Amino acid sequence: MNLLTEPIGISHYLVVGAVLFVSGVVCMAVKRNALGVLMGIELVLNGANLNFVAFGSKFLQKNGANSIGLDGSLIAVFVIVLAAAEAAVALAITLNYYNNHATVDVDRADELKG
Amino acid sequence: MNLAGTILLAAINWHSFFFLFFALFACAFALAVVFTPNVVRMAFYLVLSLGATAGLFFLAGADFVGAMQFLIYVGGTLVLLVFGVMLTAQGPFVSIKTRGGEWVLAALVGGSLLAVLASIAFSVPEWQGGAPKNESVIAGVPVTAGVPVTGGGPVTGGGPVTGGGPVATGGPVAMAPAASAAPTSAAMGMGLLGMRVDRLEETNPLKQSGLSGYLLPFEIVSVHLLVVLIGAAYLARTKRRRAAILD
Repeated sequence: MNLLTEPIGISHYLVVGAVLFVSGVVCMAVKRNALGVLMGIELVLNGANLNFVAFGSKFLQKNGANSIGLDGSLIAVFVIVLAAAEAAVALAITLNYYNNHATVDVDRADELKG
Repeated sequence: MNLAGTILLAAINWHSFFFLFFALFACAFALAVVFTPNVVRMAFYLVLSLGATAGLFFLAGADFVGAMQFLIYVGGTLVLLVFGVMLTAQGPFVSIKTRGGEWVLAALVGGSLLAVLASIAFSVPEWQGGAPKNESVIAGVPVTAGVPVTGGGPVTGGGPVTGGGPVATGGPVAMAPAASAAPTSAAMGMGLLGMRVDRLEETNPLKQSGLSGYLLPFEIVSVHLLVVLIGAAYLARTKRRRAAILD
């Protein structure tokens, strides 16, 4: 009830971003499917994006002039575009790996191990 | 009962309510992405999590970023990922199990990282609690406008609220934030072209040097995206010659 009545601050957005970030890091670490690792990267980038938007918002601080303003939104758009580019290349590499090894298990990609 | 319910409704900060709704949605489905072994379900949960994050962007006032999140992320990037899932999810690759020891280690590292980040997020006093005028920005009708509703009941109370409530009581409260909650897309477009129309009245000379806009990063990211897409098409193409030789 306390959370429902008091106004939302940057901290709350940062906690949600932290949950998304940690989920993405754990996803990257434990998934053995290469596409699962890619989804973890998307979650990490999304958590970072949430922080940029929160710091750029005028409505989450007592003094809205302290926010970084439009820069937060602009950087978030750049992050979205870079995430799209990263997903395209990583998916191409994954498909290449699948064509060459007939598997998407990243633990089997150990040909370079000395 | 009815009076208590309406007082409860009037006390709810609807900005906080919708924040909690979208935040729980996003976090729950992000955790579902981690814990489900099935890669097809992972893709679906990721769509829901990113869609809820777009809702959080809208709540923070970043309407253009929220729309781009839907269009590019959910509509483009994840469709790409789903195509990758469909191309590779065959037989044993639909669900590859993770060993138990790795789960324990990941939970340990991830939990401690989350604890550190959450404690840091609540350690700065400037980051806690927004302005009290927030509720009138998102809900459109300030809390004081809900008082006539409790007096006349929900059905008949709709008349006075729409008639004079928001204009008379909510006028001075809602006008100032409504003016500042303008759409951001035009200002962002000008920022990408190198003009910061949102900071025209910047008086601090230390900050004025940083108002050059984002034209060069915009050009760099455009060329980067072009190169990356050509490279991805080159990498993912079917290698007919080599297959013909092997046959």
